[in-house]
Amino acid sequence: MALLSISGLVAGYGGITAVKGIDLAVEQGEIVTLIGSNGAGKSTTLRAISGLVRPRRGAISFSGQPITSLLPHKIVALGISQVPEGRGIFHRLTVRENLDMGAFQRRDREVGADMERVFALFPRLKERAGQTGGTLSGGEQQMLAIGRAMMARPKLLLLDEPSMGLSPILVETIFETVTNIRAQGTTILLVEQNAAMALEVADRGYVIESGVISLHGTGAELARDDSVRKAYLGEA
Amino acid sequence: MSFWLDQLVNGLTTGSIYALIALGYTMVYGVLQLINFAHGEVFMLGSFAGFGVIVAAGGADVSGPMVALVILLALVAAGAASAASATAIERLAYRPLRNAPRLAPLISAIGVSVFLSHLVDDGFLNGEGRYYPQVFPADTIEIGALTISYLQVFLMASSVAMMLGLSYFIRSTRTGKSIRAVSENRENASLMGIDVNRAIVATFIIGAIMAGFAGVLYGLFYSTIRGSMGFLPGIKAFTAAVLGGIGSIPGAVVGGYCLGLTETVGRELLNEIPGVNLPNEWRDVIAFGLLVVILIFRPTGIFGERVSKRA
Repeated sequence: MALLSISGLVAGYGGITAVKGIDLAVEQGEIVTLIGSNGAGKSTTLRAISGLVRPRRGAISFSGQPITSLLPHKIVALGISQVPEGRGIFHRLTVRENLDMGAFQRRDREVGADMERVFALFPRLKERAGQTGGTLSGGEQQMLAIGRAMMARPKLLLLDEPSMGLSPILVETIFETVTNIRAQGTTILLVEQNAAMALEVADRGYVIESGVISLHGTGAELARDDSVRKAYLGEA
Repeated sequence: MSFWLDQLVNGLTTGSIYALIALGYTMVYGVLQLINFAHGEVFMLGSFAGFGVIVAAGGADVSGPMVALVILLALVAAGAASAASATAIERLAYRPLRNAPRLAPLISAIGVSVFLSHLVDDGFLNGEGRYYPQVFPADTIEIGALTISYLQVFLMASSVAMMLGLSYFIRSTRTGKSIRAVSENRENASLMGIDVNRAIVATFIIGAIMAGFAGVLYGLFYSTIRGSMGFLPGIKAFTAAVLGGIGSIPGAVVGGYCLGLTETVGRELLNEIPGVNLPNEWRDVIAFGLLVVILIFRPTGIFGERVSKRA
């Protein structure tokens, strides 16, 4: 049984239907990527999983349990955390308070230890622990957003365009982190426009075009596919 | 000299009441971007609940150490009544309109405000006010040129204590942090696992407790209460919140005291100008004149940030 399984998902906002019936599965321990161009329906899919958008049709289940109509905080409680597009840092809260927010539902005593682990992973965050989120650079905010999501100890981490607006070196760092997080046992669903990087780290990938899945396969297969190379890897 | 010290004390006294009420406006604005115009009526209902307790305890006959107990009970009852009414208002009048255009909940708020003040005035009191039993000893303390009543000392000190309590609550408790997260970005707060509705209700309750507390202080200080009593202090506290920067908690406190001082000390300062003689009623003109001036020249208020676009 897949950890996350989506079938026939239709979702959108107002008069716009961004996702028009997609099926997608993520197995325990995988990194799965969803690639596609701007407006293809990637973010809407993630937002539907997190409960930020109510699906119009279709079903989403997590560990075999239907989560289609749950409120976002209930979905977090089941073990899904999302790093939203644009990072969603609380600008007026300090770095430490932002990380605390990630652990909002936890009442165990290991929260402090987990925070030290995030600081070990991103030493820059430790240096800036007392600064407000708004004073961080884009790369630091992305680190904070990922660290904050990890503070919830999720079973499944949803990443929405983590490379957006970052320098190539920072993108490398972020993708290395993604691989490390998986190595520690967290399953990952990664939405990206940076298809080259995403397919490199992913076990499997889906290509979404105008709200429907046009292709899926292993990361390597998709990276070799002619249509993918043309459309998403910038080759002629 | 003594005259100006008296004015200063008067300004700080009314300022305390404005500040306590303004906190509810600014906090609800923070989480919902809604001006809760029914907040003045939440203050009024709290004042009546405290009135009920004091009357039941024997009214003006209460004396000695019993005064402290009765006032404490009145404050608790006021906080509870205000919190209950604010919760009901949020559930019935605002939540169903959460995703409606912004004008809809604003109109709903004004509707609730008019409904409640008329319900109490015309439904229960036949348009008559009630006298708050004066249980507080009328004694005054003299410090040099300054004469100050026990009631004023109590009013100012307890207001400061409530505000310090609020500040601790918002900074350090789990619920307080969830309120801060929701006021910054509702959607991201929900992704942290925060129950947004719970945080919003908590915001209404905390603002209402402050307002109920202010309701009792108002009754003790101004002696007459009625169903429409929430209107003017409500609008003034709203002015204070705008002056401080709506959405900002320190702003509401500073705005409240500034407005109180402007009304009293500011009016007397104007009276120092030869040929000017503004009677006491002019304090409202000064307060709302100030509101217009702020809205024109500094709509973000003292501590206000530019309203950021939601992510």
